[in-house]
Amino acid sequence: MATAEPATAKGGFRAWLNKRLPVDEFMESQLLGYFAPKNFNVWYFFGSLALLVFVIQIVTGIFLTMNYKPGELTAFDSVEYIMREVEWGWLIRYMHAIGASMFFIVVYLHMYRALLYGSYKAPRELLWLFGMCIYLALMAEAFFGYVLPWGNMSFWGAQVIVNLFGTIPGIGPGLVEWIRGDYGIADSTLNRFFALHVSALPLALLLLIALHLVALRQTGSNNPDGIEIKARLGANGKPLDGIPFHPYYTLKDVVGVGVFLIAFAIVVFFVPDFGGLFLEKPNFEPANPLSTPTHIAPVWYFTPFYAILRAVPDQRLGALLMGLAVIAFVFLPWLDRSPVKSTRYRGWIWKLALAVFTVSFLALMYLGLMPAEGRYVTLARIFTIAYFAFFVLMPFYTRIDPVKAVPERVTYHA
Amino acid sequence: MTDIAVTDEQEIDQSRRRFLTAATVATGAVGTVFAITPFIKSWNPSERARALGAPTEVDVTKIEPGQMVIATWRKQAIYIVHRTPEMVASLPKNDAQLKDPTSADSVQPVYATNEMRSVKPDYLVLIGICTHLGCLPKQHFERGDASLGADWPGGFFCPCHGSKFDMAGRVFAGSPASVNLSIPPYEFRGDTVVIGVDPQKGVA
Repeated sequence: MATAEPATAKGGFRAWLNKRLPVDEFMESQLLGYFAPKNFNVWYFFGSLALLVFVIQIVTGIFLTMNYKPGELTAFDSVEYIMREVEWGWLIRYMHAIGASMFFIVVYLHMYRALLYGSYKAPRELLWLFGMCIYLALMAEAFFGYVLPWGNMSFWGAQVIVNLFGTIPGIGPGLVEWIRGDYGIADSTLNRFFALHVSALPLALLLLIALHLVALRQTGSNNPDGIEIKARLGANGKPLDGIPFHPYYTLKDVVGVGVFLIAFAIVVFFVPDFGGLFLEKPNFEPANPLSTPTHIAPVWYFTPFYAILRAVPDQRLGALLMGLAVIAFVFLPWLDRSPVKSTRYRGWIWKLALAVFTVSFLALMYLGLMPAEGRYVTLARIFTIAYFAFFVLMPFYTRIDPVKAVPERVTYHA
Repeated sequence: MTDIAVTDEQEIDQSRRRFLTAATVATGAVGTVFAITPFIKSWNPSERARALGAPTEVDVTKIEPGQMVIATWRKQAIYIVHRTPEMVASLPKNDAQLKDPTSADSVQPVYATNEMRSVKPDYLVLIGICTHLGCLPKQHFERGDASLGADWPGGFFCPCHGSKFDMAGRVFAGSPASVNLSIPPYEFRGDTVVIGVDPQKGVA
């Protein structure tokens, strides 16, 4: 707060610095004087963890760029070079590749938290939209990164994803050629994806994360009870149910960081490919335009949408529904008409709908990894319908859902 | 102060100011479009990529009946199949099970828009890229192929998403692909098939 003249501003280096850079003012407004609800639970670790993974990806990415050589003749070999000959190169590369999966685990849990506690509802619609932009940019970033090692799955994954744009009526075929810069996935495609992966999208992500945090500071965090803590202020003008972000939540987040890093290290050191989920087997062969891997599946974080794509018999409609399945989250603040934010105080209809959605998302994630045959397709169709029903019917079922009374102050559930 | 402000207000020609603002914005917008164009265009296939997309020649006498060779043209796999007379004869029987039996919605040159989808009935020339999402369909030419069931008439099967095509690259109903496999422009020069050349229009 600008009004609180810091006691340390009397003299010395600190005063000299503060006169030129608002360090104390920033600390006061963003950390010491920024009050967050005191009833955060384990779901509230994932925002700060997402930031941590972002930093890990940037740092490891910079070091990978020092040895990676984009280009259809050099890319695969340079990754092998990093893995085998660069000192600790394997660790940096595994951290980066596994970091991508970790990013999505953390972001999906972060988004699910918003679903659980209605964090996307007014007044946090813009906060949610910035988050969705981050999610979309992250998907693009992950896809481009996946192409870079130029393994056979990289190549064919790129082929399938880029060809999705070919289903757009009229401009489709020309657009695909423009994206690739050649008549097939080629050197030019790899190089431009590299440029987007290492500069354009990280910059976009940085900007979006900054906007996400600024919007968060404006509205303040939601909490597991879905109560606006700013509605009840104490004598000091601060929320009665809030505590300063620093030191309380910075220290709490450090515990989350510790647990996360343990899990991250276990995967990096002992199961880097995670049974083919984090690093797929066909990608250990160089890209071959004349040999499709027998079974193309994207990495696990895209499989729910891939399952939807394959479940639809018409390719144009399939691509459209796949896009809609991703975009659907954008509309949540307006689809959800419930007067209550948190699932704690919502009725059985919402709880059932959320359960159906959760099961559908996880089932589609599994089905997207399986071949598109027989009962897998039938199941994918059923879960696709359930997935969309969650969104399309939301304005209706959230209005008739028998909600409970929301308490005036936050509660604890130890 | 108030008097001066009012006087200032009167001296400002608001409509002139609005016009100048709009004109500046419009000029800037046009300039921006011009400035972006080179960056957008830089993503088009380069001169080198276009040069490397020159026609490909394949000698078809080396292909035994019932066999297929894969050539490449513009980074795409080109399937050249020497169809047996039985394969050719069985094609019309598939019509009822196809999405686009006459290839009305599919991509092929006019001279290959016929029952056999080819210039010479014995030789099928296809772009080996699944019209669904671009995987390579695999050859399953034997009738009743074990993996595709006893009623399989022979053709191509895409392992990625399960699209099925017959011996003319026509898609079977129930496949995720909605159109037949595409046919590139090609012509025969004696026993050599030249892919990428249109007999009427020259090099594609």
